[in-house]
Amino acid sequence: MNWILEPWPWYIGGPAIAIFMLLLLIIGKQFGMSSNLRSLCSIGGGGKVADFFNFDWKSQRWNLTLMIGAAIGGFISANYLSDNIVQINESLIPQLKEYGINSAGKAYLPPEIFALENLDLKNVILLLGGGLLVGFGARYAGGCTSGHGISGLSNLQLPSLIAIVGFFIGGLIMVHLLYPFIF
Amino acid sequence: MKTLLYLFLGTIFGIIMYKSEAASWFRIYEMFNFASFHMYGIMGSAVVIGMIGVQFLKKKNVKAIDGSELSLKPKEKGISRYLFGGIIFGLGWGLAGACPGPMYTLAGVGYVSIFIVILGAILGTFLYGLLRKKLPH
Repeated sequence: MNWILEPWPWYIGGPAIAIFMLLLLIIGKQFGMSSNLRSLCSIGGGGKVADFFNFDWKSQRWNLTLMIGAAIGGFISANYLSDNIVQINESLIPQLKEYGINSAGKAYLPPEIFALENLDLKNVILLLGGGLLVGFGARYAGGCTSGHGISGLSNLQLPSLIAIVGFFIGGLIMVHLLYPFIF
Repeated sequence: MKTLLYLFLGTIFGIIMYKSEAASWFRIYEMFNFASFHMYGIMGSAVVIGMIGVQFLKKKNVKAIDGSELSLKPKEKGISRYLFGGIIFGLGWGLAGACPGPMYTLAGVGYVSIFIVILGAILGTFLYGLLRKKLPH
């Protein structure tokens, strides 16, 4: 039964995402995960402060249900389908150690950032700030990795290609220029 | 019934995100260091197969099962919002190592700290809603 705990190679994961997106299309929906964040703002009463949140979020109930499913999928995977260890290219390990992250090849997420017992002010700012940028950027760009990266590019949308280039510019600036100041 | 279908599909999506390791901070770090083909393979193969699939469905004029047109809204033209929005998103993706799909998956795994990322993402979305009219699009 060991094979069931093995991580999926890219040629399983990638096609699975494509099939998932096509399946959604056929049942009449468009794959895009960050839209849920807008719905959550709307549910929380954001419409009172900004028109942007004045929309019929109930039409997005299917996507919110999908979001809850995504959490259930995570629970099932971590508990029954995985040994919860991610092997990455070993050449990155020394660099990560310099940043104080010694868990590469031993965990799924670095506990140095995500473990509850390491939740100091710095990590709170890091997590909150990371989330803030993701949420703001996704809505500004009109989509995230799923909406632009998969749905948009599959539909040959030039705006999605520009957004992806932006994602990579941002990610590269963060990891190569800003990490030495943050960690 | 429909709720169950979406719950089921969402669960499959969560399993794909977790098992393919696209939800791992380490994999995102590795990707931005160009140290492995893994994430590029995932996104590249998803896009190639997605492209073939979408073009096929369009060519055959396939309708959704309820008879409506496929939800393939063209994106509005423009550059600034996609480029600036994209860069801001990328900065966050590189830092938190999670994009909006995997965030929910990791919450289900039980990482309490990921709720801070989700809270941040909701706040960021809210902030965009407030500032939208002042931003170049």
